[in-house]
Amino acid sequence: MRTIKPGMYVVTALVVAALAAGALASQGAPAADAKVQIDQYAFLPQRVTVKAGTTVTWTNDDDDSHTVASSSKLFKSKALDTGDKFSFTFTTPGTYDYICSVHPYMTGAVVVEAATGGNAAQ
Amino acid sequence: MTFDHGNDRGVSRRKILECMTWAGTGVLWTVAGGVPSSMGIIGEARAAEPSGLTFLQISDSHVGFDKPANPNAIGTLEEALNKINALPVKPSFIIHTGDITHLSKPSEFDDADRIISQARLDVHYVPGEHDVLDEGVTLYRERYGRGTKGAGWYSFDANGVHFVGLVNVVDLKAGGLGNLGNEQLEWLEDDLKGRAASTPIVVFAHIPLWSVYPAWGWGTEDAARALEYLKRFGSVTVLNGHIHQIMQKVEGNVTFHTAMSTAFPQPAPGAAPSPGPMKVADDKLRSVLGITDVTFKRGQQRLAIIDQPLQR
Repeated sequence: MRTIKPGMYVVTALVVAALAAGALASQGAPAADAKVQIDQYAFLPQRVTVKAGTTVTWTNDDDDSHTVASSSKLFKSKALDTGDKFSFTFTTPGTYDYICSVHPYMTGAVVVEAATGGNAAQ
Repeated sequence: MTFDHGNDRGVSRRKILECMTWAGTGVLWTVAGGVPSSMGIIGEARAAEPSGLTFLQISDSHVGFDKPANPNAIGTLEEALNKINALPVKPSFIIHTGDITHLSKPSEFDDADRIISQARLDVHYVPGEHDVLDEGVTLYRERYGRGTKGAGWYSFDANGVHFVGLVNVVDLKAGGLGNLGNEQLEWLEDDLKGRAASTPIVVFAHIPLWSVYPAWGWGTEDAARALEYLKRFGSVTVLNGHIHQIMQKVEGNVTFHTAMSTAFPQPAPGAAPSPGPMKVADDKLRSVLGITDVTFKRGQQRLAIIDQPLQR
């Protein structure tokens, strides 16, 4: 097991701060990932807003199986058993509605914003 | 727990179709005769001595499910089959109202086939939403789709009773319920056309065709149109699964009934934050899956359903 020196936190924090400020964007650094939890037959958060290029990962924490299925058929997971994950990278701004195709009353949305606009303002 | 149908409509329907015995996690149905006007006293006689058609309903076997609510769903399906094989009156066939598997995996379909075939009976399936999870729904279609239309709907006749298997688990829309779709509804209208109103009809589908609890998706969006085509018939029985608990409703000439699962129970509508598999104490599981005898009480013009747990 490696030991973590106090200084490492500082370095990590700096890298995160740099990414958030978009300083490395021109070098192709990925946007921060986003997570959606599937629990109690619901997507949490139900609506998530991300920058273009973000990979969203859904994790099924329920005892039943679920899917993540785009209403526009852009993406669809296989059946996710408990603990299974599904990821999709959103490259184009827009609002992406999705459902669980097994339990269609479970709905969610990913709102994708342009990668540059928000960061440039900081 | 006993459900009695005390109203007159229930009585006339009872004469046509008597649900005789719930065996373990299956439902044994007896259909005696076929003409409502002739079934008064004969109905009682046949209830005591079933000479008509008997069949069995099993549902929601969820082969592959292994979570705390029942780590051995295969085992409880096997128990259900043992019950079926031990029945004193061998049913003519089995109806499986869907969710055969939990994740639509080939191995799950294979296991289900291996166990259910031990009954050595014809099995008429309709898919549940858990059976159509693979791309293109090829696994269910390959196994059970032969001779069916569209996503797997079909009808057949047995002993003067017309059976209709419907599919309401594909092309589900956001925020919605079960869905039959226009193509299937047109087929149903055509299938029923020209049949005598005295023909007893049994409709079976996975998701309830009546609005049990829309907040959990327990209902079918366009079921009203199907029921419109069915309303001229004197005896309609709708058998569903999906909600893993017994519910019954009588509306006009239509009796709606949902069966228990062979795998795990689900909470009563609204009784939990979600309809997820309900964990009960290990020694209580079989009391939830239970045995339910549905009998025709002698001397009473009533259909009675009596739940008898597998273990007290």
